[in-house]
Amino acid sequence: MRMDLIQPFINSTDAVLAQALESSISIENLTMEADAYQRKGIAAEVCMTGEIEGRIIFDLDLRAALQLASRLASVEVSETDEELVREAVCELANQIIGNAVTTLNDQGFHFHVRPPKLHTSDHGSKSSEDTEALVMCFNTSSGNVFMNVALRYLRQQAAEPAAVAG
Amino acid sequence: MRQFEALTRKKDNQPVRYLIVDDSVFARKSLAKMVEAFGGTVAGEAGDGLTAITEYSRTNPDIVLMDITMPQMEGIEAVERIVREHPDARIVMVSSVGYQDNILAALQRGARHFVQKPVKPEVLYEVIKYVMRDDATVAKSAGAGV
Repeated sequence: MRMDLIQPFINSTDAVLAQALESSISIENLTMEADAYQRKGIAAEVCMTGEIEGRIIFDLDLRAALQLASRLASVEVSETDEELVREAVCELANQIIGNAVTTLNDQGFHFHVRPPKLHTSDHGSKSSEDTEALVMCFNTSSGNVFMNVALRYLRQQAAEPAAVAG
Repeated sequence: MRQFEALTRKKDNQPVRYLIVDDSVFARKSLAKMVEAFGGTVAGEAGDGLTAITEYSRTNPDIVLMDITMPQMEGIEAVERIVREHPDARIVMVSSVGYQDNILAALQRGARHFVQKPVKPEVLYEVIKYVMRDDATVAKSAGAGV
């Protein structure tokens, strides 16, 4: 997996989480996983097609998701407000992906991003050999946020980024 | 959120009226709190570009805050259609997707400015002051902080 594709998502997650949760962020437990994805909390998935293809899952433990929803809504959100909590996680994914896409697009990578959708099943599909997933845990004062990235760059269908960068 | 000096319309000293267009309920709530902190009022909300067009005609706002990626009709197309009907419309794009092509496309279709999400209130406030220019005044009393 190309790290120059991943780095904008790491930077964006770090920046958006720091602002949304008003917390310092540290990155822990960076692992590569070939096994099927296992959901940990409230998760949203974003799929991409084009020169960059694959998916990213943002998975927040319940405490972090509740804190995020409370901050975004400016009111205390409880576990019973399931819809609000889920929408907060999707909005977080939307902001993170949007900022990363901005960076990658300005670097010359062109691809389409589908709107975030809730990842409700406990298990995801197994990563294929060429889309092994990178899993990172962002530790915040409100809890953990996991980012599971399985992306590949389709060289055969795309020009080198430098050639298309405007 | 910090308090801001209230922005009012120069012509009648009334609060600036906003139309907020975003498919995310959270984003609309967050923007509504910001514009209220600027001393403004929310004239209407829409969750997609098509609704934004009808809401613009119904509410005739001073400023539109417009997301880009939305269902039914995306923000950039909505800008084009609103500006075609209302050439004086002041539309500020508010989106997490801020790459140059996107910004350029929005500006070419008549948007006045662009603010990237997550929105910093102080940035949005300055952009609104810039877009309103001589049509708004800054009141000495502060707007309601949130």
